[in-house]
Amino acid sequence: MDQNAFASALLDPTLPVPGGVTSARGEADAARFAVYRNNVAVSLSKALGQRFPVVQRLVGDDFFAGMARAYIATTLPDSPLMFAYGDTFPDFVAGFAPAAALPYLADTARLEAQWTRAYHAADIAPLTVEALAGLAPELLGGARLAPHPAAALVRSAYSVGMIWQAHQGDEVGAQTVMTPESVMITRPEFDVRVHVIAEADAVFAAALLRGESIGEAATAAFGTDPTFDFGRAIVGLTSLGAFAGLAS
Amino acid sequence: MNTGTQSGEALPARAGLGLKPEHIDEIIATEPDVGFFEVHAENYMGDGGAPHRALTAITSRYPLSLHGVGLSIGAERPLDKAHLARLKALVERYRPQSFSEHLAWSTHESGFLNDLLPLPYTKATLERVSAHVDAVQQTVGARMLLENPSTYILFEDSVIDEIDFLEAIAENTGCGLLLDVNNVMVSAVNHRLDAFAYIDRFPVERVGEIHLAGYDETVDGAGDRLLIDAHNSTVADDVFALYRHTLGRTGPVPTLIEWDNDVPAFPVLLAEATHANQMLDAAPHWRDVRVARRA
Repeated sequence: MDQNAFASALLDPTLPVPGGVTSARGEADAARFAVYRNNVAVSLSKALGQRFPVVQRLVGDDFFAGMARAYIATTLPDSPLMFAYGDTFPDFVAGFAPAAALPYLADTARLEAQWTRAYHAADIAPLTVEALAGLAPELLGGARLAPHPAAALVRSAYSVGMIWQAHQGDEVGAQTVMTPESVMITRPEFDVRVHVIAEADAVFAAALLRGESIGEAATAAFGTDPTFDFGRAIVGLTSLGAFAGLAS
Repeated sequence: MNTGTQSGEALPARAGLGLKPEHIDEIIATEPDVGFFEVHAENYMGDGGAPHRALTAITSRYPLSLHGVGLSIGAERPLDKAHLARLKALVERYRPQSFSEHLAWSTHESGFLNDLLPLPYTKATLERVSAHVDAVQQTVGARMLLENPSTYILFEDSVIDEIDFLEAIAENTGCGLLLDVNNVMVSAVNHRLDAFAYIDRFPVERVGEIHLAGYDETVDGAGDRLLIDAHNSTVADDVFALYRHTLGRTGPVPTLIEWDNDVPAFPVLLAEATHANQMLDAAPHWRDVRVARRA
């Protein structure tokens, strides 16, 4: 048996049952082979549903299953770690024409993908506000901060933080859709935190997470919003657990 | 026989349960009388976070069976070295009392298929699987148990009986066997074999663990009964009967209740474990190692 041919037939229902496959009756049976086809499709779709539960609720189970099937046809997991499957799913959703009526869907998926990464990220104690305060003021502007392994920023033209939050309980909460939002995802200890932050704070956070100095990041933030509150922003991000420490 | 991996201890010959995230708080709060917990290794291969905190709490209270579902030991392609390294790290971190994997394959050139796929039983596949089991045991540094599969199809190429195939791998590699009694029932019904006769021929002296699970039932294209290894319900009466028959040959063996889909409230799992424990208590305290299978 050629396993690649067998697997190709699993992934493409239009292909016949592979040669060499039989049953106790001495003949191939499409319904039997279909059990394997179904197992692959259902288990991978289920893995995506577990990683993108809000996306699934937004579009409904049937639509999600169809979208997942289309994604699976383009991208199989690259490892047996199912919680890591779907890193490229948000980009796929962005280009999935039947979902075009929900323009915020892809960014919601981006938020959920980052949530899972944060959930499984390494256990590292974040930089504390006290440690940051211990830094000599004249060194602050040139200092760079190492991102915490769980920290991620999702910036969207839509209210993805509010949408995500509204779908955390059994009842869907109130939400607006069209307000741009930036969401900071962190995990200072074991619980993943999802916080909507102000636009200038997001510019600041994005620059810091890219490895720019605190001074450069603050300049960019002031350029966005002259009322940017530097002290509140750096203390806020640090308190959320965005940084692992000072970059060396 | 010591079936432990690195701790030198074996799993107790009692009923164990699959560990599900939704039950962890309840388990830690109530410390129920469960012989051991089993986890799918791949779910604990993240860098950190709540899964490792939970597994650390569980292993400080209960023996652990580490059950892999992603090694693809039966694959034509080479074993995934990165995955083997993750498995080794997990074994070293948690020192499970048992480590097991499947006689199956899951990989395509374009990626991982996330299903346990069947392979024909031939001289070539026997050599390949034996070499892979050798490599796994050497790399991970632990003896493994290899699980008999549940299958829905047969291969025209197969020339070796499944039990002979499993026993030859065990003989070649020194690995033990995980006897999944539900898989025996599923495959026996699907291929018109006698499940009890299969158990009667199984090399019970090599069995380090038993699995029990619920199956689904449908029919194939000709209307023949087709059982599906679904892990989504209570263990069927006929599988418990086959288990009782198995224990008559094996004596008490660590026994896992597998329930991976549509997971119920924890007390439902405990009731299944209690059922299995009653059968374990009634089992003879010896192993029937007659070589009847060679007759």
